[in-house]
Amino acid sequence: MSSAALRPVMGAPEISRALSRIAHELLERNHGPEGLLLLGIPRRGAPLARRLGERLVAVEPALAGVDPSALTGSLDVTMHRDDLRRHPARAPWPTQVPPGGVDDRVVVLVDDVLSTGRTVRAALDALSDLGRPRAVRLAVLVDRGHRELPIRADHVGKNLPTSSRERVRVLLEETDGSDAVVIEAPEGGEGP
Amino acid sequence: MRHLLSAADLSREQAVHLLDVAEQMAATQQREIKKLPALRGRTVVNLFFEDSTRTRTSFEAAAKRLSADVITFSAKGSSVSKGESLKDTAMTLEAIGADAVVVRHSASGAPHRLATSGWIRAGVLNAGDGTHEHPTQALLDAFTLRRALRGGAGAGTGTDLAGARVVVVGDVLHSRVARSNVLLLHTLGARVTLVAPPTLLPVGVGAWPCEVATDLDAALAGSGGARPDAVMALRVQLERMDAAYFPSAREYSRRYGVDGRRLALLPDHAVLLHPGPMNRGLEISADAADGVRSRIVEQVANGVATRMAALYLMLAGEDAA
Repeated sequence: MSSAALRPVMGAPEISRALSRIAHELLERNHGPEGLLLLGIPRRGAPLARRLGERLVAVEPALAGVDPSALTGSLDVTMHRDDLRRHPARAPWPTQVPPGGVDDRVVVLVDDVLSTGRTVRAALDALSDLGRPRAVRLAVLVDRGHRELPIRADHVGKNLPTSSRERVRVLLEETDGSDAVVIEAPEGGEGP
Repeated sequence: MRHLLSAADLSREQAVHLLDVAEQMAATQQREIKKLPALRGRTVVNLFFEDSTRTRTSFEAAAKRLSADVITFSAKGSSVSKGESLKDTAMTLEAIGADAVVVRHSASGAPHRLATSGWIRAGVLNAGDGTHEHPTQALLDAFTLRRALRGGAGAGTGTDLAGARVVVVGDVLHSRVARSNVLLLHTLGARVTLVAPPTLLPVGVGAWPCEVATDLDAALAGSGGARPDAVMALRVQLERMDAAYFPSAREYSRRYGVDGRRLALLPDHAVLLHPGPMNRGLEISADAADGVRSRIVEQVANGVATRMAALYLMLAGEDAA
């Protein structure tokens, strides 16, 4: 998008600090690491879930020596989306759940941006096909508003009020080569 | 993808994409709940003018796992046995509201006619037409080969079959599987050698993108030391044979049958495929069919995942009818 103005809102240090805080919040809210399972929604939720898992292991003594991959996975929602018919068919992403499954775990859905809430709704459907978690929570790096469904996040890295004409893009080391959150505003659009 | 009529319709990118989607579909089939909601509200009609066990049940399972409504229609016990034409049958399906028609017909070109004559708006999936093509069989064979040669489930994602050598042996003349496989494997970069007695090679096979040979042992020994990575045995289609194409079953089996001795000539990683149903003792021996190299049962399981991918790509998106 050459005609779009890019405005950075978070850099690598801010993203790192937000994830560290969310990791602590998860442990606090859950009264420890008991039963926690972090499932990232591909694409960019998956590496975020992995990073959160690494932080949990790093800060929680009860998890010392645990392989972070035993706490994390990914959950594809492509085939559960309500806008499936509005786009050409897209290839599903992998769903990976550690051995033991989701039954009776506290599943934390992890995504990069929360906006309409439709992805999260699809994720709840996809999750119920895998089993019956004890509880489901939602952690997102950015909440940009514009909700269309009664869904809210339990843990938010940064609240980012945006105009509906703007796009929020999260870039991550694993998928894009570097960490950043930027707002793309169409040329001549609103915004500072 | 509007229709899937021929393996030649697929570009390398499309074929690899379809195999990648099939990998994801296969992964979902390991779960306790195998059903996915992607085709909810869509209707898939299985239109089978010819007998079939595995292709029909495979398509039926694939459509049902994606939550489509499935209507299976076989010519026996339908108005076709009263003389109804393909056109009238097609218009009936249109009136019922089919979104996709999976068709198997004894006449080569019937799916093409159905797709292009404007009788129906539904997407058409060729499930085998006469001695012409059977594209989803070729796709599931390619999927099975890619898994076998690239190191298991998911390992080959994004890759084609460049450099693989495949020997296809048997009744090429009557085989739609052979034609679709030659076209698709060639698209994916594999080198195919067809081996058959001269009486069972179709006219014009010289123009196919493959090598043709009549000596199986020589083909398995390979040219210049390059032995095949896979052997695919084709069924001898006795029901289509209106004349004597070979002197005796024993002679055919001795010269073109795949058995343990011949498989021992292959490199350790090589695998054996057969589209089924098998004539044990004719084109394939029991010890070969049940041996460690055999991927024949796996092919059937992979068929469901591959057909789920084809139906998904045809029907799930906005381009669908």
